[in-house]
Amino acid sequence: MTNHWVDIKNADLVLIMGGNAAEAHPCGFKWVTEAKAHNKARLIVVDPRFTRSAAIADYYAPIRTGTDIVFLGAVINYLLTNDKIQHEYVRNYTDLPFIVKEGFAFADGLFSGYDAQARKYDKSSWDYEFGDDGYVRTDPTFAHPRCVYNLLRQHYARYTPEMVERICGTAKEKFLHIAEQIASTSTTDRAMTIMYALGWTQHSVGSQMIRCAAMVQLLLGNIGISGGGMNALRGHSNIQGLTDLGLLSNLLPGYLTLPGEKEQDYAKYIAARAPKPLRPNQLSYWQNYPKFHVSLMKAWWGDAVSAENDWGYDWLPKLDKSYDLLLAIELMNQGKMNGYICQGFNPLAAAPNKAKAIAGFSQLKFLVVMDPLATETSEFWRNHGEHNDVDPSRIQTEVFRLPTSLFAEEDGAFVNSGRWLQWHWKGAEPPGEARSDLEIMAGLFTRLRALYRSEGGAPSDAITKLSWPYANPESPTADELAKEYSGRALKDLADPKDPTKIIRKAGEQLAGFAELRDDGSTSSGCWIFCGSWGPAGNLMARRDNADPTGIGNTLNWAWAWPANRRVLYNRASCDVNGKPFDPKRKLVGWNGAAWGGADVPDYKADEDPANGMGPFIMLPEGVARLFARDAMNEGPFPEHYEPFETPLANNPLSPNQPLALNNPIARLFKGDREMFGKADRFPHVATTYRLTEHFHYWTKHVRLNAILQPEQFVEIGEALAKEIGVAAGERVRVTSNRGHITAVAMVTKRIKALQVDGKTVHTVGIPIHWGFTGTAKAGFLANTLTPVVGDGNSQTPEFKSFLVRVEKA
Amino acid sequence: MALQSLDIVRRSATTIAPPQARGAPAGEVAKLIDVSKCIGCKACQVACMEWNDLRDEIGSCLGTYTNPADLSDQSWTLMRFTEHETPQGDLEWLIRKDGCMHCADPGCLKACPSPGAIVQYANGIVDFHEENCIGCGYCITGCPFNVPRISKKDHKAYKCTLCSDRVSVGLEPACVKACPTGAIVFGSKTDMQRHAAGRVEDLKSRGFDQAGLYDPSGVGGTHVMYVLHHADQPELYADLPKDPQISALVKVWKGVSKPLALLGIAAAALAGFLHYIGMGPSLTTEEDEEAARRELEKPS
Amino acid sequence: MSRTRQVADQVDPKTGQIVRYAPATRINHWIVAISFVLLALSGLALFYPPLFWLANLFGGGDVMRAVHPWIGLVMAVAFFAFAAKVGRDNRLQRADREWLRRIGDVVRDQEENLPEVGRNNAGQKLVYLVALVSMLVLLVSGLVIWRAYFSDYFPVDATRVAALAHAAFAFVLILTIVVHVYAGIWVKGSLRAMTRGTVSPGWAWKHHRAWFRDVTKHSTGK
Repeated sequence: MTNHWVDIKNADLVLIMGGNAAEAHPCGFKWVTEAKAHNKARLIVVDPRFTRSAAIADYYAPIRTGTDIVFLGAVINYLLTNDKIQHEYVRNYTDLPFIVKEGFAFADGLFSGYDAQARKYDKSSWDYEFGDDGYVRTDPTFAHPRCVYNLLRQHYARYTPEMVERICGTAKEKFLHIAEQIASTSTTDRAMTIMYALGWTQHSVGSQMIRCAAMVQLLLGNIGISGGGMNALRGHSNIQGLTDLGLLSNLLPGYLTLPGEKEQDYAKYIAARAPKPLRPNQLSYWQNYPKFHVSLMKAWWGDAVSAENDWGYDWLPKLDKSYDLLLAIELMNQGKMNGYICQGFNPLAAAPNKAKAIAGFSQLKFLVVMDPLATETSEFWRNHGEHNDVDPSRIQTEVFRLPTSLFAEEDGAFVNSGRWLQWHWKGAEPPGEARSDLEIMAGLFTRLRALYRSEGGAPSDAITKLSWPYANPESPTADELAKEYSGRALKDLADPKDPTKIIRKAGEQLAGFAELRDDGSTSSGCWIFCGSWGPAGNLMARRDNADPTGIGNTLNWAWAWPANRRVLYNRASCDVNGKPFDPKRKLVGWNGAAWGGADVPDYKADEDPANGMGPFIMLPEGVARLFARDAMNEGPFPEHYEPFETPLANNPLSPNQPLALNNPIARLFKGDREMFGKADRFPHVATTYRLTEHFHYWTKHVRLNAILQPEQFVEIGEALAKEIGVAAGERVRVTSNRGHITAVAMVTKRIKALQVDGKTVHTVGIPIHWGFTGTAKAGFLANTLTPVVGDGNSQTPEFKSFLVRVEKA
Repeated sequence: MALQSLDIVRRSATTIAPPQARGAPAGEVAKLIDVSKCIGCKACQVACMEWNDLRDEIGSCLGTYTNPADLSDQSWTLMRFTEHETPQGDLEWLIRKDGCMHCADPGCLKACPSPGAIVQYANGIVDFHEENCIGCGYCITGCPFNVPRISKKDHKAYKCTLCSDRVSVGLEPACVKACPTGAIVFGSKTDMQRHAAGRVEDLKSRGFDQAGLYDPSGVGGTHVMYVLHHADQPELYADLPKDPQISALVKVWKGVSKPLALLGIAAAALAGFLHYIGMGPSLTTEEDEEAARRELEKPS
Repeated sequence: MSRTRQVADQVDPKTGQIVRYAPATRINHWIVAISFVLLALSGLALFYPPLFWLANLFGGGDVMRAVHPWIGLVMAVAFFAFAAKVGRDNRLQRADREWLRRIGDVVRDQEENLPEVGRNNAGQKLVYLVALVSMLVLLVSGLVIWRAYFSDYFPVDATRVAALAHAAFAFVLILTIVVHVYAGIWVKGSLRAMTRGTVSPGWAWKHHRAWFRDVTKHSTGK
């Protein structure tokens, strides 16, 4: 979230698209009802199904799954055509006036530089034009044909309301009504928030869908303001914390990145990540990358790293590729990965194409499952009848099940969607032999370290020299780790402006990442968390909900990263002079000497706005990018591509270019491509989703939740039900090219057949949550059906759009 | 259950008048369910089960989101989901939290034959005292909303208590506390009516011209009220009765017929008694025996 | 004690008394009668709160609620068996109209003004008929409101109708039985018919002369 949950109450318009907040985030959804009740906000829901969110929406429009870029692109077109953009904002705070260099082109669904063989782009043409001063050339009048404004207009001119109707199946008048509502927030006194979740991320073009929505928000001037923002609703209570701490295979904590295998040189590694400003007097805050990186290395290896050994750079793994889940299972199937540890993870249920996952797990030598529950993964080898029809005698994988405690049985912090780190306290002792994840990992580490010490081995220094300063090495505490993430001074730190003044004594906790140094005198395990456990103690444990301005920024409630800032880019809520665009939703402002207000300014605290520093300080441009340069793999502007399993024969936006039917750069493994189904055999469009009553595959183990939703079902519209002769409560069989499930049919008016490109498309809703372990009635893992293809940037699997055939069981 | 006898203003099947000294000077309580804010998350169902230590059976999916299938001795509240298409072709998913309405004039209490099994507190809550319940099920027959359920296990009647135990110590009912969207609120009845008026105004501004408060006068008003987008058609919401009344059959059964019937029986007995006093017994006399003997001896 | 079988509608040769009810019939009657009393008491307790104290006779309301329908079933079985047995004697005939028209003479104990009565008089026949109808309604409505087993299968409105019908017909039946019992008390010599099985010839002569003639004809024919 750029903003936070409470801030949603300040919205005038709430767009829920690519998510179902009421269903999946009922507690946070409260702030939508607050906005409606106390801010007269209107709620719009766009979704393939009439959802629980739609149930209390002011306006609902259906959309075919996987076509959101068409819808959003058409909104961009509408805003530009009708000049419903926040002019002062886009001119000063976005790259719309930036000139793109010659050579950048887009034709027939593909951008310049495409290599069809490698399914990759040469992105060198996707950049700005630079002047002799080394800075990007701009044209604030938008007259230059290659300024981003004109390229954007040109790109989305094809995204018409008619095209929306044709591709999305959304009636033109419904689209126009919504576009008009959205456009109403281009004024400075109205704000729209966009709430989305896996309904956007779980597509082969998921990242671009999100990006497209962010572009809409930028054009409207809705980023950085109270009641606005791009708000990703995180499903797991701490999934935000997972990415913050770098638990993706290519990340280090705090969104620092692991080097690639070509980056063997430390200086080059840093240089690539600490960009010089692209415009005059821009902060380009990532220039501080070395401070964050060195402090991380000090936290990990302590005295063992120094400038002499490049802060342990050689001990960091250098990636040949990104080791995401899809690749891991592919490698298992290829016999190249033969051990796997699942920590709080149920990959058999979470990975697409269950049959492939089973085949992969069956080839492992060992599988370790750390979990409080008996997950499907830990029982993948056991025959559970039709729900898991395997032959255990042919599976030799040794499975270790390590029972862990639950979050409520340990201290720690959750990071919520709004980036708040909220401390929680142990509520009960773990049962039986369960141990905390910390204890298990520490136990594994100390044993491995002992082996490396006695037997040696290739990366032995990285292991044996790891700093392990915990009071009980076998069981570090949450407090110890939280302090380590936050960071401390390793030496007395002098004030950079006055070297005689010591601002932080050696050993003292740091107040924030501004105090981090690249000389090895500070340590911080996750720079964005720096200050969460500061000199004053554990700020995450604060519980003061005082809200002096009434805007909902309770700065003394817990602690938000970065720097306890509640609304990111909040400098953009003010005009160029530092005056709030809308005084009634003031977050920060310039008082002539400093920035201040209801939030921690996302800006240099004493920077005179007259100097022209942009509000997007993390980018070298200083302004937000509508032209993504090389940051996205599919291209600088989001372009619609059909899901890999699509009911259409071609992409109506570029009908003559077969390469542009689906995401042209999506990674496809050989066997998986062959497992895609075609519309002639699998005529129905399926989408998977979650229900309020359950959390993933956990709560089917809980009686209360099982009472509320006891049995697996799929949702089909009345028209489809009639076509296949099924009544509500009867069973249906849903088959994809990868397998089948059977479930109770929920026949509903809430899913309507759509008219898409001249044909009728039926949508089938498949809630996940059921499986073959637990208290609820046994069912099939929904991923029996899903295709193995991921988003072009994140490799998040395409769980939201695929093809099936529904029949009466 | 936690309330004192002083709080009880009405008691089922009782001839001894309940105490009237204690009123509800702060106003009677009410729970207001704003259907237009409800997302059907069922947190109220869970809160109800947790607070009251209830666990229903793990049932089946019957092709709807309504689960369990019906109210039961273990499910005192239930979200009922209805898909409704307006004449304009717009779809509405109406989700109503079903449960005891805590009528001012409770049909269950009227029908109950067991002294003190059903009581009404001064604050308006209608509560079942299961230790006095004999399990006849008359409360079900009496209820205009078809709410109470008899347990198959102990043959006692159960329904929402409006968390009388929590309310008596100044807490809101568990479902209210758990509701994430503020669709369920609790307070004095007048406050809730005022709050509802604001909600109705908001709904009207959103095009629901028939929005209104459901506080049916046929049962004297209720202590559980609904804000409905279509107050003119409450039956859209999973058959919420439009004008609920204690059934005329029940009124006759549990009203005038009671004393009249008893009077009738007493009158009959009395008539017999007086007839006996007046007429004396009808005796078979010696003459009759004699006549009979003669008849017997007569040759055939 | 003689082991000779008491056969109804005959003169007992040993005692000269007329056998009106065979032992099995008498037992059957009393099963119905005792059931009825229990049902009336518990029914009244359930019906009228001031009489709820009657529940204590059954060990409390809970037990009473549980046993009432079972006793009802016992009564129903016994009654219908009884009714089948005596149904033939309770067919209304032309002569019964006359008897009913002169009901004033009946209550004034002036039977000489009445037509000769067969085994049962019109009043008795009416008791039979009312009881038969009431019992049927009570049985059916009782099943509908038998919460433990059947009520859940009926709509609430059906249970409301049934509850009211059950109460109404219970009232009718109780009134009828009050009359029936009083008649037994008032007309001396009647009770013996149901306790010992016999009536005196004089009683039969006085109250059921046609039947008396019939019986004696058969008996002397032996």
